[in-house]
Formats: sequence, C-alpha cells, structure tokens
Amino acid sequence: MAMTQEERNERREYAKKAGWKIFAIWLVLSIIAVALILYVWGPHMPPGDMTTSAASQQFDFKVLTAMVAPVLLMVWVYGGWSLINFHATKTDRGDGIPLRGNRKVQGLWYVGSAVLVLFLAGFGTYELINGNGVGTGEGPSPIWKPTAKHMLVVQVIAQQWRFTYRWPQFGGMETTSINLPANTTVQFDVTSLDVIHDFWAYQLGVKADANPDVNNVAYTTTSSQLGRFTVRCDELCGIWHGAMYNYGHVVSKSAFYSWASNMETKNASVTKLLPPFATTYTPSYSGAGGGYYPSYDPNGHAVTY
Amino acid sequence: MAIDMTPAAGVGAPTDLEARGLKAAKPWFTGNLLTALIGGAIGYAFGHWLGNAIASNYSVVASGAQNEVAIYLSLIIGCVGWFVGLGTFNYPIQKLLGLEPIDPPKSEKRTFLEHFSYSTDHKVVGVQYLFGMLLYFLVAGLLALGIRTELLSPVNHIWAPDTYIEIVGEHGTMMMMMMTSVIMGPFGNYLIPLMIGSKKMAFPRLEAASFWFTVPSFLILLSALWQGGFQSGWTGYAPLSIQGGPGQSDYDVAFALMGFSMICASINMVATIINYRAPGLRWSRMPILAWGMITVAFTMLLSVPVLIDGLYVMSLDRGVRTAMLYAGHGGSSFLWENLFWFFGHPEVYLLALPGFALTVELLPVFARKPVFALKTSTAGLIGVAVLSFFVWQHHLFMSGMNPDMRPLFMLTTELISIPTGFLYLVAMGTVWRGKIRFEVPMLFLLAVFWNFLWGGVTGVYNSDVPVDALVHGSFFVMAHFHFTIMGQLMFAVFAGVYYYTPLIFGIRLNDKLGKISFWIIFVAFNSTFLPLFMIGLLGQPRRVFEYAVRLQHLNQWVSISAYVLGFGILLYVINLIWSLAVTRTPAGPNPWESRGLEWQVGYPVPRDNFIKIPVVHRDPYGYGTGDDTPVADLNPVGDKAAVVTGGDA
Ligand code: HEM
Ligand SMILES: [Cu+2]
Ligand SMILES: [Cu+2]
Repeated sequence: MAMTQEERNERREYAKKAGWKIFAIWLVLSIIAVALILYVWGPHMPPGDMTTSAASQQFDFKVLTAMVAPVLLMVWVYGGWSLINFHATKTDRGDGIPLRGNRKVQGLWYVGSAVLVLFLAGFGTYELINGNGVGTGEGPSPIWKPTAKHMLVVQVIAQQWRFTYRWPQFGGMETTSINLPANTTVQFDVTSLDVIHDFWAYQLGVKADANPDVNNVAYTTTSSQLGRFTVRCDELCGIWHGAMYNYGHVVSKSAFYSWASNMETKNASVTKLLPPFATTYTPSYSGAGGGYYPSYDPNGHAVTY
Repeated sequence: MAIDMTPAAGVGAPTDLEARGLKAAKPWFTGNLLTALIGGAIGYAFGHWLGNAIASNYSVVASGAQNEVAIYLSLIIGCVGWFVGLGTFNYPIQKLLGLEPIDPPKSEKRTFLEHFSYSTDHKVVGVQYLFGMLLYFLVAGLLALGIRTELLSPVNHIWAPDTYIEIVGEHGTMMMMMMTSVIMGPFGNYLIPLMIGSKKMAFPRLEAASFWFTVPSFLILLSALWQGGFQSGWTGYAPLSIQGGPGQSDYDVAFALMGFSMICASINMVATIINYRAPGLRWSRMPILAWGMITVAFTMLLSVPVLIDGLYVMSLDRGVRTAMLYAGHGGSSFLWENLFWFFGHPEVYLLALPGFALTVELLPVFARKPVFALKTSTAGLIGVAVLSFFVWQHHLFMSGMNPDMRPLFMLTTELISIPTGFLYLVAMGTVWRGKIRFEVPMLFLLAVFWNFLWGGVTGVYNSDVPVDALVHGSFFVMAHFHFTIMGQLMFAVFAGVYYYTPLIFGIRLNDKLGKISFWIIFVAFNSTFLPLFMIGLLGQPRRVFEYAVRLQHLNQWVSISAYVLGFGILLYVINLIWSLAVTRTPAGPNPWESRGLEWQVGYPVPRDNFIKIPVVHRDPYGYGTGDDTPVADLNPVGDKAAVVTGGDA
C-alpha cells in the first residue's frame, strides 16, 4: 500500500513534535531521578560501607540504579503519552496507522541497548576484579586477592544448623561467635560439614557458599567503623535453615586481640580434641559420625558410642 | 505445485484393508480418567511389592522409614499402569500384532465426557490443558498464601519449620513444573493448527500423552505433602536432597514426568509448525505465537533431557546409594548445581517466551495496527532462546566454582537484555499512533509490560556480580522472578484466556467483572511484590520462617496484599466459571475484530478445523491498511488454489 507524500509528511511532523515533548519530559524527570538516587538515597543504600566489599556492592548498586532509572522513565513516559494520545473513542473505533517499522528508530534501539549492556558488563567486570571478588566466594584457589601483607584468616564451618569459626592463627581454636578487628584484611575460608549452606555476613558484604569438601575463599577489608553485623545462612539447608543466624562484631584491634588470646587459652582443652586445622573436613573420614577423631583418640582407636 | 485440496477424511484407517492383507481391530477399550486411576493404583501396588522384593535389605535413606527403591518403583510402574488404563498402548500393541486399529467415528460436536478421555483431538487436548493448568495454578497459589501467612510475624509461627519448607518447596516446584506448559498446553495445542491452517497436529497421540503426563506428575508432587515433603525447595540441591525422605522421591519422579510431558508436547509442536503449515503460510507470514511455540519447543527439547538426567542421577544416589552428587565419596554437589541450572535457566525462558509471544500476538488487535518490526520480535525470541543456554552459572556466582568464568557469565546474562529489549521496541512501536481499545485483555497486556519492566531491570542487578553478592538468595531475587513469571507470563495467560473464550467456548466473559478483577490483580500484585525488593535488600533471605523484627511491617503489608491478590484471581476465575456454566452470553463470531486465521474459522471450530486446506495470502497483522480481505482463502477452488499467490506482506 503506497502512502501519499502528504501522509508521510504528516507522520514525520507529528513524530518530531511529539518526540521532542516526550524527550523533554523524560530528560527533566531523569535528571531529577538520578540526582535523588545519587545524592539522597545513595549514601543510605544497602549494604552500607562497613567494609571494602560492602562499599563496592553499594557503589555498584548506586551506579546500576542511576542507569536503570532513565530506562524505566523512558518506557513510562513514552507509554503514558501513548495511552493518553492514541486510544479509540466511542465515536472513533477505526484503525491506527499501519506502520510496520522504522529503520532509524530500530537501528538506534539496537545500538543503544548494545552499548548500554556492554558498558554494564565491562563495569561489573572491572569492579569484580578491582574489588578482589567483592566479598564473594572464589573457591579453593582464588584469583583475585588483596595485596595486604597481613591477613586475618577465619574459617567458617557451617553445619546443620549453626556456624562455628576456626582461627588458624590462634592455635586452631574453634569459637561459636565471631569478632573481627577494624582496619584489617580478612580472609574467610568457608566450608561445610554436611549440606550446602551459605555464609552471608550482610554488613560485611561477604557471601560465600559453604560446600562440603570444598574450601570457598572470600576476602574483605574492614574499615574503622565498629559495630554489629548479621550472619545468616543464605542457602536452603533443611528444616532449621530459617533459624541459622547469629551476630558478630567489628571491634578495635586491641579489643580483638585480647578477645582472641583470651579465647585461645580458655579453649585450649577443647582445641586439643579437634581434628587438626584443615581447609575441609569430611565427617565420614574424621569420625564426626560419632566418636573421637582418629589422630587424637586417647585410646588409640575410634570409639563408637 | 500439486497440493491435495480435497476434503480430508480425518484420521482414520484406509478402506482397502482386505486388499492389503490387514485385519481391522476395534480399540480394546476407551481409556478415561477412571480406568487410568485404576491402572495407576494397580501399577503402584505392584511396583511397591516389587521394590520391596528386590531391595528389602537396603538400608533406608536417612529419615525415610521406607525402602526408597520401593517408592521409586511404585511411582514409575504406577505411571505405566496409568497409561495402560488410559488405553495409550492399545494402538501400538495392535500394530505390533499386525492389526489395523480403527478409530470409531467421532461426532462433529465435542462432548463433555470426551474431555476426560485419552483424546487425540487437539481442541480437546487444549481444553484439557486449560482447566488442568488452571487447577495446578490455583493449588500452587493457595500454597503461596500459606507461606505469606507464616511470614505475618517474625516470631509467632503458624507452621512447624519443616512444614513451612515443605510448603515453599511445593509452591515453587509446582509452579515451575506446571507453568512451563501454561501457554503451550492450552493455547499452543488449540490454536496452532488453526493459525497455520492445519486439520490436526502432527502427532496426536504424543499430544494426548503430553497432557496425561501432567496429571500423575501433579498428583505425585502433591502427595509429597503428606509424606513429609521435600526439604530442598524447587532447586533440589544435593546433598540436602539426598538426605530427604520419600517426599524427595516424589519430587524426582513428578519433575521427570513433567519433563516427559514437555518433550512430547515440544516434539509435536516442532513437527507441526514445520510440516503442517498451509500453502502460502511462509515463515515471514507466520503468526508470532507460532514463532514463540517453535522457539520454546526447541529450547525444551535441548534443556529438558538434562533435567531428566540429573533427576535420574539423584534417584540413583538416593535409591541405590551411588555417590555422584555428594563429596567425600568421589562425587560433587556442583554436578547437580550445574545439571539443574543448565536446565533451570533455559526453563525460566520456557516460562517467559510464550508469554511474550502471546502478548505480541494480541497487542496489534487492540492497538489496531500491524506489529511494529515483526522480524525483530522473532529475532528477539530466538536470540533469548539461544543465549539462555549460556548463562546458567549466574545462579552460582557465590558457589565457589570457577571464579574465572564469572565475567563471561556476567556478559552473556547481560547480553540477554538486548533481545529481551526488542520486545519493548516492538510493543512501543506497535502502540505508536494506534487506536488503542482498552478491553480487558488489553489491560492485562499493558500490565505485562509494566510488570516485566521491573523484572527485566532487576535482572540486570542479579547479573552484576558485585550487586549479586548483595541480592543473591534474598527476597530481592524472589521478587525479581515473580515479576518476570507471575507478572509477565500469568498476566499474558489472563489476557489470553479472556481473549480466546469466545473462540473456544462461544461465550464472552463479563466485562465489568473482568475489569474489576484486572484492577485488583494488577494493583495487589505490585503491592505484593514491589516491597519484596526492599525486604531483600534489607537482608531477608529466601525460604526462612524467621526474619528481623524491623522487617515485620513490610512483611505484613506484603502478606495482606497477597491475600487481596488471591481474591482478585479468585474473582477472575469465578468470572470464567460463572460465564461458562451459568450466564453463557454468546460472543458473536469475531468479537475483537481480529484478522487472525483462527477467528476466520470461528466458533464452533469444526472437528477437522478446515473443510479444505486454506491458502494463506498475508500475515494476520494488517490492521489499518484499508485492505479488509481475509488473510486466507478457506475455500480455494481447484488447481488455481494451489498457486500460492503473494499478498503484500
Ligand atoms: C499467585 C501469586 C504468587 C504469590 C503470592 C507467590 C508467593 C511466593 C512466596 C511467598 C514464596 C516464598 C518465598 C520464600 O520464602 O523463599 C514464593 C516462592 C516461589 N515462587 Fe511464588 N508466588 C506466586 C506465584 C508464583 C508463580 C506464578 C511462580 C512460577 C510460575 C512462582 C514461583 C515460585 C518459586 C520458584 C519460588 C521459590 C521456591 C523455592 O524457594 O524453592 N510463584 N512465592
Ligand atoms: Cu541454611
Ligand atoms: Cu538463570
């Protein structure tokens, strides 16, 4: 169906006029939205900035939100305009204009969405590498590591349905609570004794699955902010998964060291009975199914009771 | 081109049996729901006995008080009995015996009881699916309200912790299993032959099987509820799933049965769309719903077998104590995670793509304009389907496997936004300068785009590893996928059911009630799931019955909205049932003034759909062109009919 020159001109004129209006509304709203996101909501975005990884997560969240808002607004403003202007009425139930496509618009869309998406992938990758894995579990042989000379190593051992922590730098003691020093790079070695769990320390911005027989390593660096953080299991691990949480604290360095050495002496008698510190523990080998661990069995053999 | 334009004799036996040395055989019996249940019960009992006979000395798995082999065998053989009872095997066995099965002649009018039989009429199967899916959806939806009731309070519990996890798992699994077919089942089966000008589907018996697999699948999954359920959620992560009791075996078998259903349905869909298109229905003229169906069918064919393999491996680990899925004995829990998500990610697009196809199919009818950038929308569907096989590890960013692969999976996942975005281009182009009619189906279609926008942009958050470190496993993710599935797929289904009742049942739903139910569903849906993004960001994980006290108000808001949502859906269903059973307002031949070929056939759709194979002249989207000639010639005359002439599309 050929269309007349007149029709073509009318369409172009209309598109130009309406297009500018839509664009103007969109632009104003987008500027307002982005400003609000960056400066009003931004500083309060989850998960806060208690550690480097939490701060990176917050930053990424902020950038994504600032980029997404204009996209949402584009669809809403355009959609709102269309619904208001292009509907049938009681008297006019005819058809619309039979447009089947528009090269320029389509091309712009393809290129625009591709650029946006590639930027986001590049940005995410940069942040991931630059942030040393931003607190995510990197498996047994991490490839993005912090450069700090001294790192505090904390082993997180998950089992149905609790977390315990082992401290290789403090005689391999095991504690049921966790404290961390301020301004310190921490390496979490996360593992499990039974099913898959996930160690999620919300305010620390650390999340790593606890897999049986796998050492899953994650890093973060605490800042000078002191305070409580929440640890939750973030992978379904059975009936009491919902109750598998506890709290930890970031404390000053001196408070941490006095707590740790205190615990070390207090726990010494128990530490003796634990299997030697290892990156993973397999219950069926070590006798956790019920009995002493073979190498520490005072009677020289495993006893089942 | 010589195409047979004579009236078809339907599916039947050749008349010259004697001459060809064949013996005619009547069907031994006509299977129906009742005989199927009897067969299933017998098979179940036999399987249970057999399992105990061959493996009585197997130690019981963890908490199950029974021999797991007996449970698997009872379910599997019970399912075989079910199909024997349906009469599925009559035809192949008669053939093997050298007999020629003869179908009894069918009356032109489809009877009510026919819908409870092993019918090979695609229209009957479509209706069976429609009501089956509705039932499955409502049952699973009711379970969701059970979840929200528990979450009214962080400390007072309605359910015991194990019951709570059971309900979450049942809800999620039932939805994810069954809703894969919520569009292909009813709409695909009913409409595709009508849309492509065919008298039947390519494999009517497979088609019947595809529906009748869903019933035992549903029943078995549901039965897990009173067998202690399964603690693993719909993702079934090992070794938790290896610990589980008999309910976990129900999960394995039910999910696999649904997998077989999907495979049967998709083989049929692919073969039909490729081979049974009427003359003139070139690929470029094919309705977008058919594009959606063939794309989804291919995706199913490639992904579902991986799921079935995985379930098989899990069943062996549970039943006969192999150790493929758990560490310490040579296996790996990562194996299941990979197998599951290699299916699981394509699966989320098995849910999303049909919704989009249906939405784009109906949009032009109400915008009164052709689809904008038709080819781009096809490219969008295919692009998403292809990419969906390369993103599965984005579910495993925190798992501790392959950190070096993360940038790649981040990239592929974000790339999916491009073809997904095409669908917005198409929609936005289609409404531009249209004459939009705000009928009830159109309201649901517009809501699809509102809802999916939330689901889509939050998907970008999930794919960005640093942000995923925050949102993974939290209610943010849960809100995200409910926006894409409930908000997109189910809204498209609501639109589709409303839109096609005049064609399928000859009646029109009550518009007033339709509008009311739409607004309740739409507002309540958003009010339920938007706050969940916040709840997740504030640190509430999925699948927990206890949460931070400061999140109580938000959670209560969500729960109450969920009740309202349930009420809205109920209203919609009441409208459907009431209009069907009581008021039966006749709809007239083409109430939406659609150009689709399916409406040219009109209600009631004849048993053989078309008297002659039609010849298609153009695509069905030519609104506003001023050319009112139908898209197809339903009564092509003689040889000339076979000359496929080009339209303007
Ligand atoms: C009818 C409206 C619906 C409501 C109110 C609803 C609500 C919920 C709730 C409260 C949860 C539990 C979240 C948790 O504690 O982890 C959940 C989980 C889930 N829902 Fe829905 N849902 C609805 C529809 C759907 C639909 C249509 C689907 C998919 C077709 C779906 C798929 C899922 C899945 C896969 C899960 C996760 C289960 C798991 O964690 O194993 N839901 N839903
Ligand atoms: Cu857990
Ligand atoms: Cu995925």
